[in-house]
Amino acid sequence: MARRSPLRPAGFDELGLRRALADRMLPFLVAAMAFLAALALAGWVGAATLAQHWQRGAGASLTVQVPHPDDPALGAPGTRVDRVLGMLDATPGIAGARTLTAAELQALLRPWLGPGPDPLLRRLPAVVAVRLADPPPGAAALATLGTRLDQAAPGTMVETQGVWIDRLLALARSLQACAGAALLVVAAVAAAVVAVATRAGLSARREAIEIVHGLGATDGFIAARFAGRATVLAAAGGVAGAVAALPVLLALASLAAPFAAGGSGPSAEISAAGLGRSLPGALPVALWLLLPGLPLAAAAIGFTTAQVTVRRWLRRLP
Amino acid sequence: MLRFDAVGLHYATGATPGPDVLRDLSFHVPEGAFRWLLGPSGAGKTSLLRLMYLAARPTRGSLHVLGSDIVAAPRRALPGLRLRIGVVFQDFRLLGHLSAFDNVALPLRLAGRGEGQIHADVTEMLRWVGLAARSDAHPAELSGGEQQRVAIARAVIARPALLLADEPTGNLDEAQAERLLLLFRELNRLGTTVVVATHNEHLVARQPAPALRLDHGRLIEGGA
Ligand SMILES: Nc1ncnc2c1ncn2[C@@H]1O[C@H](COP(=O)(O)OP(=O)(O)OP(=O)(O)O)[C@@H](O)[C@H]1O
Ligand SMILES: [Mg+2]
Repeated sequence: MARRSPLRPAGFDELGLRRALADRMLPFLVAAMAFLAALALAGWVGAATLAQHWQRGAGASLTVQVPHPDDPALGAPGTRVDRVLGMLDATPGIAGARTLTAAELQALLRPWLGPGPDPLLRRLPAVVAVRLADPPPGAAALATLGTRLDQAAPGTMVETQGVWIDRLLALARSLQACAGAALLVVAAVAAAVVAVATRAGLSARREAIEIVHGLGATDGFIAARFAGRATVLAAAGGVAGAVAALPVLLALASLAAPFAAGGSGPSAEISAAGLGRSLPGALPVALWLLLPGLPLAAAAIGFTTAQVTVRRWLRRLP
Repeated sequence: MLRFDAVGLHYATGATPGPDVLRDLSFHVPEGAFRWLLGPSGAGKTSLLRLMYLAARPTRGSLHVLGSDIVAAPRRALPGLRLRIGVVFQDFRLLGHLSAFDNVALPLRLAGRGEGQIHADVTEMLRWVGLAARSDAHPAELSGGEQQRVAIARAVIARPALLLADEPTGNLDEAQAERLLLLFRELNRLGTTVVVATHNEHLVARQPAPALRLDHGRLIEGGA
């Protein structure tokens, strides 16, 4: 007979909580919260990843246009473009500078100029692609550089993406903050849901609790019964919510892949074709680490909320 | 064992205190004693027992139960005392979702006894109260007298130091009531302090013992 075991029978339900603590509603609501939390987490990770890429990729480069590149430079030997390249190489905070070849320019402009060599090309300004060091020089330093280049080779224009990057970064940071706020709200609502369910359980089992309390059960004993049940139900909800969010996150990740892959060019396009990639590679590592945290967080919220709610309620008993 | 000094009790009705249901009670029940608790309906017998089994604290005076000062004791000190008190409630207070066996086993489980020991003790106790065949029945499936016997079994199963019974024979026939009193007397002989509240004057006549007699919340017999 099972009763002969030396320990208290596993799952023995003194308080009759199995029926009292809503065993469908609570996991369902917690699952909905976990689902929302998963989306918020994805937003948070996604915004962080994009910010990083923008900062590293686009933010780390700028272009310099030199009109009439082959004309001799003012007051110095060599052409105007050589002079600009020389000055760029001598500027701290710049990792490298290189003039785009005619073929590259032509590829860039093909949508406007059509295929084939074009006489217009020869009159175009030279385009110098500049890679910035990490960390990149500040906006003020870049402005000074622009003035100096313009003095050395009048008409030279420095195109920084700095302003745009700053705006995009501000946007990404705001998105992250919103995702964080959403997470907090979701956690608070989950705690409220557990508290309400626990209260309902308390009043449904009030008589049983009073009897068991009268027989000498401690507050800790009674709270542990409720907390155990709430933990299991909340964890189940957390698992269900996280699993339900997974396909949505994978779909979002495949949409975001081209942006997150970094820069442009053929390599980015290949990795963005996502379809052929393995499942683990489809989501950022951070998300794979955070997703299993959802059931754990749900369980922790369930346990803590039930403990606090029950212990508070029990203070009305002598 | 039980010491009352000028104890008063009133129930709070909402925010305002209700009328005094117990007034100026002073008496002492020594360890190992047997006491009847007598008085007309509404005299305050159940209220007095509630003080003894720590379901209420005095609103006036000082109370010592099992050597502990109940007025001064912190709340967390009470569960340990309750484990040493067995109570037969006037309205039984069985747990409806548990079988007779599990109801009787509850005090032992709360005290952390091993299941092997629990099984032996509870089976023996249920046989003693004549419910061996009904050990899997739930309270709703039992007659009033059977429920009362389950409540009695639960009260004595853990060999409490203090046994309090509120009208424990109300649903029993004469023979069963007789047997029950024999059990209480036996436990009392083994050292348990026993207080039994009853209206049943026959019972009292057959088992002469000192009495605490209440009337309108005052002690009119057995005071210190
Ligand atoms: N929870 C309560 N709240 C307010 N008043 C109460 C409460 N319980 C009892 N009373 C009142 O206290 C008084 C004493 O009641 P108590 O139950 O102690 O009497 P009793 O002697 O046990 O009566 P009986 O023999 O009928 O069981 C009664 O007037 C009753 O109305
Ligand atoms: Mg009564």
